[in-house]
Amino acid sequence: MLPARFDYQRPETLEEALFLLDRYGEDGKILAGGQSLIPLMKLRFASPAYLVDINRIPGLGDIKESGGKLVLGALARHNEIADSDVITARYPLVASAAPQISDPIVRNLGTVGGSLSHADPAGDWGSVMLALGAEVVVRSSSGDRTLVIDDFLRDTFTTDLRPNELLVEVRVPAPSPHSGGAYLKLERKVGDFATVGVAVQLALNDGHVATAGIGLTAVGPKNLRARDAEESLAGAEPGDAAFAKAARLAAAAAQPQSDVRGSADYKRHVVEVFVRRGLARANQMAKA
Amino acid sequence: MATEATEIRGVGHSVKRKEDDRFIRGKGTYVDDVKLPGMLHMAILRSPFAHARIRSIDTSKAGALPGVIAVVTGELMAQHKLAWMPTISADTQAVLATDKVRFQGQEVAAVVAEDPYIAKDALELIEVDYEPLEAVVTPQRALEAGAPVIRDDKEDQKDNHIFHWESGDKEATDKAFAQADLTVSLDTFYPRSHPAPLETCGCVADLNPATGQATIWMTSQAPHAIRTVFALVAGLPEENIRIISPDIGGGFGNKVPVYPGYVVATAASLLLGRPVKWIEERSENLISTGFARDFYMKGELALKRDGTMLGLRASLLADEGAFHADAQPSKLKVGLFHIVTGSYDFPAAHVVADGAYTNKAPGGVAYRCSFRVTEASYLIERLVQNAAYELGMDPADLRLKNFIKPDQFPYRSATGFVYDSGDYHRAAKLAMEKLGYDELRKEQERARDEGKLLGVGMASFTEIVGAGPSADYDILGLKMNDGAELRIHPTGKAILKLSVQTQGQGHETTFAQIVAEELGIQPEDVKVMHGDTDNTPYGLGTYASRSTPVSGAATAMVSRKVREKATKIAAHLLEVAEEDVQFEKGRFFVKGAPDRAKTIQDVAFAAYTNFPAGTEAGLEGVHYYDPPNLTFPFGTYLVAVEVDPDTGEWNVRRVVAVDDCGVRINPMIVEGQLHGGLTEGFGIAKMQLITFDEAGNCIGSNFMDYLLPTAWETPRFELGETVTPSPHHPIGAKGVGESATVGSPAAFVNAVIDALAHLGVRNIDMPLTSSKVWEAIQQSSAGAPAG
Repeated sequence: MLPARFDYQRPETLEEALFLLDRYGEDGKILAGGQSLIPLMKLRFASPAYLVDINRIPGLGDIKESGGKLVLGALARHNEIADSDVITARYPLVASAAPQISDPIVRNLGTVGGSLSHADPAGDWGSVMLALGAEVVVRSSSGDRTLVIDDFLRDTFTTDLRPNELLVEVRVPAPSPHSGGAYLKLERKVGDFATVGVAVQLALNDGHVATAGIGLTAVGPKNLRARDAEESLAGAEPGDAAFAKAARLAAAAAQPQSDVRGSADYKRHVVEVFVRRGLARANQMAKA
Repeated sequence: MATEATEIRGVGHSVKRKEDDRFIRGKGTYVDDVKLPGMLHMAILRSPFAHARIRSIDTSKAGALPGVIAVVTGELMAQHKLAWMPTISADTQAVLATDKVRFQGQEVAAVVAEDPYIAKDALELIEVDYEPLEAVVTPQRALEAGAPVIRDDKEDQKDNHIFHWESGDKEATDKAFAQADLTVSLDTFYPRSHPAPLETCGCVADLNPATGQATIWMTSQAPHAIRTVFALVAGLPEENIRIISPDIGGGFGNKVPVYPGYVVATAASLLLGRPVKWIEERSENLISTGFARDFYMKGELALKRDGTMLGLRASLLADEGAFHADAQPSKLKVGLFHIVTGSYDFPAAHVVADGAYTNKAPGGVAYRCSFRVTEASYLIERLVQNAAYELGMDPADLRLKNFIKPDQFPYRSATGFVYDSGDYHRAAKLAMEKLGYDELRKEQERARDEGKLLGVGMASFTEIVGAGPSADYDILGLKMNDGAELRIHPTGKAILKLSVQTQGQGHETTFAQIVAEELGIQPEDVKVMHGDTDNTPYGLGTYASRSTPVSGAATAMVSRKVREKATKIAAHLLEVAEEDVQFEKGRFFVKGAPDRAKTIQDVAFAAYTNFPAGTEAGLEGVHYYDPPNLTFPFGTYLVAVEVDPDTGEWNVRRVVAVDDCGVRINPMIVEGQLHGGLTEGFGIAKMQLITFDEAGNCIGSNFMDYLLPTAWETPRFELGETVTPSPHHPIGAKGVGESATVGSPAAFVNAVIDALAHLGVRNIDMPLTSSKVWEAIQQSSAGAPAG
């Protein structure tokens, strides 16, 4: 578990960090919580020449509501998100997902920005942000870009980030009054990556489904949006029939592979069960 | 010096562990803490292929890297006749590959460098030209005609078959089956698992070219045996070899064998004249060192309609990996697997076993297990549970009907063991009472009516530990006896030296308690030493729950020897005849006059200051214990689970574990051992698996893939005890370190099967992932009974 040689920089400001990213280009790698990068380096699956440690940059981990959105700074730790009062009160899907990420040790250090930038298809935040219709803001020395999460997460371990860009914040639209959400995760043990994860967000209007968001974890090359299932719910009467139909469509959208965690058939089946259960739970919240 | 009426904290006291003070403060000394002047660091290059011919190895670039001192290949080792080494099972194993690599992770070359990072960097510069060959990843494939011969290095080896072994009486067993009203069979696979000690393997080899002294710090469970093996393999004079096994961060059987890294580091130190340290990385430990289990088993029960057991057949195929390196007594090819008749009174039994080479890591060690009793216990307990379903009997009733009865002990089993003592009914009934067994069965009925799945699993295991009597038990010819040496100092403090080596079992506390029990010296006044071959008596080490049965017995016996001499000195001090002196709890007193007394401390002082004429000074002794028999701990474990029919997830609701390990020396430590073993059994049943893809790539090579249960998912355990002393052990103790790993996997699996039994499910191979449980439900609902 000995990494290859690397140089380490710890900028104190965002400007300095962006300057270093410009200078190092492809040879540089951002170190946030380090919960994926450091193990990869110790296994020598990754051997970046330069690490740019952003942990000391002030303000980069703030959690706040602003302009009708929840703004998560890139450095917000999973456990800070789980403990945030504003999130517990108003963002049930985020609140339900955060404490299910890995184990307490990883949650103390791991960050939302790092997790999304790593783009592991078994990562939990990608599905949550898809279901919520979140945006991310990425910054480089030449300015900001704002992308919807669907465009940010491009493929397995691949995002739209350029080598000199840093994800600085995630923006989650504030939920409408009659809404609910939940994250359901099947794991072999605490700390294991998901066998299957499902993020569900449901908004009601006048007794009907206004919008639905469904994100799927660990059943495809990246976090997937179950678009057909979402569309089938729009305008539908919330209840078992509509939820069962959406669950079937979500299962059809999954692209699972058989591995030691379970067979492809099994994972597809669990997607269906979890979407059904998640929608029922979200519906109860929305009606309350 | 009088101790007054202070209670002696001997056997039966939950004395806090003396060793924990240094561990909790971070002051332990593990092998990686050993740092010597001029020490070099070694790293090993391992094969990426499961089976490949080595065309060439080019080390020139690695050798040119600044800081690299030497690059060692099999060719270099061969020049010193060290390219191959013997295994514990009398096979050979490659130290560094010369001709072929035979498993992924096999040792191919080593780099010795000034620091560990440079050594690791240099590995990437070694160029090996491999010609990949077909990998054989199952023993079934290995034994097919036309399968590639893995061990073409051995002249007489024309296929992949290693051994055939039988036990019991075939004819009597066939007759029993012919008379049966009913036969029940079970095919099941006990998958490959790994002991995964948190401290990986490693050593620091320091060979002094001037003196010829070889000092090797090694994280080993059996330092004395290792010293002898080094003398035999490397031709070093044994008096010049000193193995020091410092604090050990877990062993579980993984640290019994000699691994190639030890041999290469020792050879490198000899050739370079500098100390060489080698510490395994986590993945190296998981992919290359001693695994466990990997048995394909079939069991068949012959029964009368009323449930009476008439006979048992067991056949198994063992996946041994590329070199036959099982750690087990020499005469036994599948260890103690023939204890498979378990807790039941079988008139006849027959066991057939075969072993095969595959392209996998070698070294079938007994992972927290006494030589394959774990597999045996699993098979019989699963089979009995299934038989109950076919008979329409409650699984507990079937067990109670067939248990060996208390008055049958000592009991000779159908495969030839003599069980020392037991009361299986008492332990089972206590466990059932603690669980509320009958009530839970009623709840299960109600749950099924509501479409819910609730299951109760039972396992009434019989362990077999304390190997062993010299007539039958040896490893490479070395008899499995162990020693203890005791010295009482003038101030009445003692030092006890053991041949066995703790890896967390608490020897420094429990063995001091044995001395306390026998001599009345408080445990805190008895310093326990172990692990240094220059300073401890000879013995075969700690594994297979043998420390208490063998070295613990030696400790009691040497204490008694010392007490005999102390009695003479006490008689001298009390001015009475020796026959008139009585001993009790640290006091020697005149019979009939208990006030005329001398304490053990008084006597110890006199042993150096005022001993009778004609007596040697000092108060010390040594004893080597040859156990007259093995010991047979037992118990009943009950597990209740709930299964989610939609997802196959299962959650443990209750675990009740009643153990009988004979007399408990330190009840707190016994309970700690049981908690650990139950956790490991739970992990094996639910999540652990070292598996391989078709190309022989190991899946499970790190702790993201090979799962160890943590406090988060581990269920709560409710413990209970009965005490049936061993009649032949000096203090009646039987050993307990492994009971829970042996007994519990079947209880967890039986619980899940029990939840699905009414659907026709009879087997799911471990680990019982939710995926496999769900698939079993699907297949049964579809009308085709699974298993």
